[in-house]
Amino acid sequence: MNPLNPMHAPSALAGLFAVNLMSDPVSVTHYLVVGAILFTAGIVCMAVKRNALGVLMGIELVLNGANVNFVAFSSPYLQGEQTASIGLDGQAIALFVILLAAAEAAVALAITLNFYNNHSTVDIDQADGLKG
Amino acid sequence: MLAAINWHSILFLVFAGLACAFAVAVVVADNIVRMAFYLVLALGSTAGLFFLAGAEFIGAMQLMIYVGGTLVLLVFGVMLTAQAPFISIKTSTNDRVLAGVVGAALLAVLLQAAFSVEAWRRPGVGQVANPSATPLGMALLGVRVDDPPAGTSPSLVRSGYLLPFEIVSVHLLVVLVGAAYLARAKRRRTPRGIETADVAASGGSR
Repeated sequence: MNPLNPMHAPSALAGLFAVNLMSDPVSVTHYLVVGAILFTAGIVCMAVKRNALGVLMGIELVLNGANVNFVAFSSPYLQGEQTASIGLDGQAIALFVILLAAAEAAVALAITLNFYNNHSTVDIDQADGLKG
Repeated sequence: MLAAINWHSILFLVFAGLACAFAVAVVVADNIVRMAFYLVLALGSTAGLFFLAGAEFIGAMQLMIYVGGTLVLLVFGVMLTAQAPFISIKTSTNDRVLAGVVGAALLAVLLQAAFSVEAWRRPGVGQVANPSATPLGMALLGVRVDDPPAGTSPSLVRSGYLLPFEIVSVHLLVVLVGAAYLARAKRRRTPRGIETADVAASGGSR
């Protein structure tokens, strides 16, 4: 039962998309798909952007995608019969992630402004002063 | 016809579509100011997803701290560094293609993992006895008033989150003091007398 088998993948997709999205209740997998897309967008943003603030925005997207997963796993609305729920832990972790993201953004912004004051640019390709 | 529509699912589709579309727009856009605006909309839509998942307190915190605080900070950073050559720094096409391939592979792995567990695909009941923010608030004070998960002993002592809460609050204070120290203006454009006095007062380090 190889999950990447082309015979198996459509049946997995059919479980989510072939059913009527308008009338069926939402499951945890719906939220996981949204979290995966946000996470991937953040990773690509971190890799592609040359503006230091663009890289910061990618980090925010990654943390937000992880938060979506935490909230989905802790949600009592999305659980059929309490099989995958992690209870209140998920919400508490999501709260801490939001707070630590605020702290991280403040420090990263301070470093970026410092770099801009010293080098008059925010292009991270110019930040090679430590290269051997 | 109207009775057959599940409004919870409709609203989920709307917010999920907005969040994903604006997240992709952040990646695609070249202009840093537009990226910041798209990020505001993506994170706001995610707050809507949190409300729909029954995490009202997390959704409110997302709107107040993330959208209202962190992103305003980011927008200030964009405005302070938005000189004409840095508004849109182009990435080379090779890098874009390579990042797109890697991103598609990562997305395929994550989606395969999301669909692989049968229990996660079971639709939810969609209702809770009496939703409130009290269990989370009491847990942050160290007292658990929520129901224990099914299958565990009811006499099991479950810890609250008082210690992590304190650690995070002190961490936030230290980080903000450090950020203010890092970002302070060093080279002020002031008359020479004031500047030398400033240098002497700070120990002559810079």
